[in-house]
Amino acid sequence: MAKDTDTGADTGYMGGDKELKWVGTRPPRPDGVDKVTGRAKFGADFYVPGMLIGKVLRSPHPHALIKSIDTSKAEALTGVKAVLTRDDFGDRSSEFVPAGEMMVNYRDIVRNVMAREKALYEGHAVAAVAATSNAIAKQALKLIEVDYEPLPHVIDAVEAMKPDAPLLHEDMITDGVEPAPTKPSNVAKRVEFTIGDVEAGFAAADVVIERAFDTSPVHQAYIEPHACVASVSEDGQAELWTTTQGHYVARAHCARLLDMDISKIRVTASEIGGGFGGKTVVYLEPLALGLSRKACQPVKMVMSRDEVFRASGPTSGAHMKIKVGATKDGKITAGQAELIYQAGAFQGSPVQPGAMCAFAPYDLENVKVVGWDVVTNRPKVAAYRAPGAPISEYAVECVIDELAKRLGIDPIDLRLANAAKEGTRAAYGPKFGPIGLVESLEQAKAHPHYQAPLGPNQGRGVASGFWFNIGGETCASLIVNEDGTAALTLGTPDIGGSRASLCMMAAEELGIEYDRVRPIIADTASLGYTFLTGGSRATFSSGLAVIEAARDVVRQLCERAAKIWEIPTDAVEWADGTAKPAGANAGDFEPMSLAAIAAIAGKTGGPVVGHAQINAQGAAPSFGTHLVDVEVDRETGRVTVLRYTVLQDAGKAIHPAYVEGQFQGGAVQGIGWALNEEYIYGPDGKLENAGFLDYRIPVASDVPMIDTVIVEVPNPRHPYGVRGVGETPIIPPMAAIANAIENALGIRFTELPMSPPRVLKAIDEMAAAE
Amino acid sequence: MNDMRYEAPDTIDGAVALLAGGRGEVRALAGGTDLLVQLRAEMIAPELVVDLKRIPELRSIAAEDGGFRVGAAVSGAELGEHPGVKALWPGVVEAVELIGSTQIQGRASLGGNLCNASPAADSVPAMIAARAVARVAGPAGTREVPVEEIAIGPGKTSLAKGEIVVSVLLPARPARSGDAYLRFIPRTEMDIAVVGAGVSLTLDESGVCSAARVALGAVAALAMLVPEAAAALVGTTLDEAALERLAAAASGACRPIDDKRGTKEYRIKVAGVLARRAALIAAERAGRS
Amino acid sequence: MPTVSMTVNGRSAAGEVEGRTLLVEFLREHLRLTGTHVGCDTSQCGACVVHVNGKSVKSCTLLAVQAEGAEVTTIEGLAQNGELHPMQAAFKEHHGLQCGFCTPGMVMSAVDLLNTNAHPSETEIRDWLEGNICRCTGYHNIVKAIQAVAQGQGG
Repeated sequence: MAKDTDTGADTGYMGGDKELKWVGTRPPRPDGVDKVTGRAKFGADFYVPGMLIGKVLRSPHPHALIKSIDTSKAEALTGVKAVLTRDDFGDRSSEFVPAGEMMVNYRDIVRNVMAREKALYEGHAVAAVAATSNAIAKQALKLIEVDYEPLPHVIDAVEAMKPDAPLLHEDMITDGVEPAPTKPSNVAKRVEFTIGDVEAGFAAADVVIERAFDTSPVHQAYIEPHACVASVSEDGQAELWTTTQGHYVARAHCARLLDMDISKIRVTASEIGGGFGGKTVVYLEPLALGLSRKACQPVKMVMSRDEVFRASGPTSGAHMKIKVGATKDGKITAGQAELIYQAGAFQGSPVQPGAMCAFAPYDLENVKVVGWDVVTNRPKVAAYRAPGAPISEYAVECVIDELAKRLGIDPIDLRLANAAKEGTRAAYGPKFGPIGLVESLEQAKAHPHYQAPLGPNQGRGVASGFWFNIGGETCASLIVNEDGTAALTLGTPDIGGSRASLCMMAAEELGIEYDRVRPIIADTASLGYTFLTGGSRATFSSGLAVIEAARDVVRQLCERAAKIWEIPTDAVEWADGTAKPAGANAGDFEPMSLAAIAAIAGKTGGPVVGHAQINAQGAAPSFGTHLVDVEVDRETGRVTVLRYTVLQDAGKAIHPAYVEGQFQGGAVQGIGWALNEEYIYGPDGKLENAGFLDYRIPVASDVPMIDTVIVEVPNPRHPYGVRGVGETPIIPPMAAIANAIENALGIRFTELPMSPPRVLKAIDEMAAAE
Repeated sequence: MNDMRYEAPDTIDGAVALLAGGRGEVRALAGGTDLLVQLRAEMIAPELVVDLKRIPELRSIAAEDGGFRVGAAVSGAELGEHPGVKALWPGVVEAVELIGSTQIQGRASLGGNLCNASPAADSVPAMIAARAVARVAGPAGTREVPVEEIAIGPGKTSLAKGEIVVSVLLPARPARSGDAYLRFIPRTEMDIAVVGAGVSLTLDESGVCSAARVALGAVAALAMLVPEAAAALVGTTLDEAALERLAAAASGACRPIDDKRGTKEYRIKVAGVLARRAALIAAERAGRS
Repeated sequence: MPTVSMTVNGRSAAGEVEGRTLLVEFLREHLRLTGTHVGCDTSQCGACVVHVNGKSVKSCTLLAVQAEGAEVTTIEGLAQNGELHPMQAAFKEHHGLQCGFCTPGMVMSAVDLLNTNAHPSETEIRDWLEGNICRCTGYHNIVKAIQAVAQGQGG
């Protein structure tokens, strides 16, 4: 997505013929023992002497003016050490900054962290307290008197677009519309991506299919709730331990919201119990710091699961219209989409990436996608795994399937006939380099799964998916210890095993054993700014930084050997983990291992430390294709997933087990999204299923083993060919399952989730129609 | 917030005295799996919790008059491991084993499920179908109450202050009898019944149904017996027409609500489907060939 | 406040607790055994599973005072004499985790499963894990790790 600039390093693809010792193997992760023995410290596992407990008072109303807040009784309660309200935060002007692939606005963050003029959703933070115990903090919340003036609310995005809808922000003028509207509305933004002429494209079509789709907001549902500990001293020095996908980003947000110098805030990322995009923004952190600053004592805050659902970001629900035209022989002539994404209480739904991705898997001449970003009285959406893309691509992939059926063409063949490939110009702008969509489709078609027989009431579905992947600012340090081991200092929190992959690349470059590289995730004061773990960037971007740091180490090791041998540096080369004379003319010296050079580093110039600070470029998109078999119980509407296969281009799998793990986890999240997960609101605008009982994420018995095929079309902009892999796997499942249900029943579902009541109703309606 | 007092008496009289004498909100704890969730959510703030798990009568399973008397605090896991009960009333045991996950079944109890008075409690329709009778002890002595009369509304029971369910008698049954309980949940596990159906029936030597009871859960404010559904089976060989009538009667008896777990129309339809499926399993267990 | 005493990971542990204190809170807040995790408020997630008298139990489903005199084993007490329990080793070797937050509860449940049923089928494993939710792995490698131990191919 970003404009290419050179990093200064030679980080191009090395080619596939180099023999690799570690890359491509499956060693246990460095943090494995900590994770299976309970040693690993997650967000809620930090205890500091004198620590207070912080709690948040949340709005019971979906939309209300906050006329006044009286905290005097709470402050008078014995054991209460600090109370925080809107008055403790200065206002912020409108300024967008990146959070993962999405943008956030400080004017909005300050209001989301603590309601100002209005409470904009049920669960919106209105005040916070810090007290000496959990019980006192809870009691204090009950003593805070908030005078609300409830206002009419709006939950549905389409409703929110109507002229007479309750207005969330009185000054919101739709961006991207010419001429600019004169009246405020709940529509924050219009985006459009167009190539060619869709009207001409539809005119050239033999078949045109037009369908409307609806999806419900779904939550990332990481099992670890948000949690942090903040400690601010009397001189304003702050420590923050938090569970986050990006501790540098959290630091930036906190500094801005609290008017603090960045240098005064040191953030340590705890082990993180899942994020999936949801831990790229701040909720508790500014409150804990604010409370601690007032109390001059450490403050710990942990969300309940109820708070996670009500007050942290799910992803958007959407209403979409898709229109696709094709010739009789299966050439798609035009694709058109209108996407309405609900953003929650503040602008910033992922409609833009949703619009960019909608038709990206296809090589099309005529595309028009229009997106609308609409605010509603729900928690502000946050990134969720390929934010925006699963929604729009679900709708398009359903229509592609219907098109295949209408034309009598195998759905994989139809996709192959129109698939994006190297040189395809995407509707959103760039030309693709080498990509693996065709390979994933061809391997899907050849997979035994695709030919396996189906029983009664069973159906098979296929769908493809695309995601950009990103790079960005990244640092890494590689320290050579005096015994020849190495310490790898990283800035991307490890959620799914990235420490292993990064150590493997360091070991590969240095030519030492994998278990001699010990990784740590540095705090923000110990390593330069590193953008968050998100956008499938950790293994790619930190990987590039690690490789560059390792090459820096190798250069220094060669210099040291040159010094010892008293020959020019360019007469030394690094091979098989040793410094060697580069050729016969360089002299006759015994090769020196890394350990041998490290042992006498003090005599040759001091410690050897490699470093890289880069803005990683060249992230390459990942395409995948999923196959799924389902069985439908025609009497209850239950859909059972019988068999599932993920085929996705990883570029190069550094640690294949962790790549497969991303495929499997993403597919199962997608199964939940397809079949049961949804935010359910009552007419009162309150969330009715804020817990794991009624927000139904898949349990072990809901899913089969998830078969995986790693397709490897190397990314030419990475030495080992890495693409990101973490996000694409959640894109195809919803359409694949909808297509499988259609295959089983002959009914096209256009609404998610395809829950049993919805499925049964459609079956009964079809039976009645016959 | 005042702290909650916890007592774990080892006699029924002791428990009754504590519960009757408590001044504020008083709760009996059998398994505790629902009670502690309510406590954490501050839906309840009892002054006193009386743990019944240390009372031997509430923890035992004993043969009685050809049936079994099951203590109210017997856990689902313990009941599942009892071969006698499982052989006689497999449907009841299956229902109790559906309460909570494996890691909860060691605690969740039949008595707790009954007294929680949830319309969706899994064990209750199965016990109603089984004609189970609860023994209730209280300050005024002991009384025997059909299980369907314990709950009187969502979260409300007919128990007076100080009364506890001590045990449930799963009665003897004639030869060629079988029972079954089925529920529908959106996932395969970790859900509350959207619909539950319990069927108990007896076949004569020629395979004709001579007696039946059908009970439904989660389709009205209370788990309920549906005599007209049972009547559809009696005198038949559970042929297709009888099963159709059963399903229609079960669906017809439903008075459900729309909620986050299912729509009215869905519950009505699926109640008939599950009653029919449960009847077939029960008949198979009764030896239908 | 009532006092409670129990044996935790082979050592006696006692403390004053509020009556409403859950076992999980006693383990985490009083004993600082933070390997037992809390992921929900409603006894669904299973991240807090420990063994009480040898059986797997969600430690949020009983009061600390109810564990009076009990033998409690947490994830921290599973490894013996510097050796990982085979189930711990299998989760590590077979990549049965991504973020690792559900892992302690999963491991404790899985150990109890094999104590109860030494050779479970895939279906039996999945059914047993009904009370442990994982959002990262899709359960695939968790099932494989447990199967590996059952087949004597743990870590």
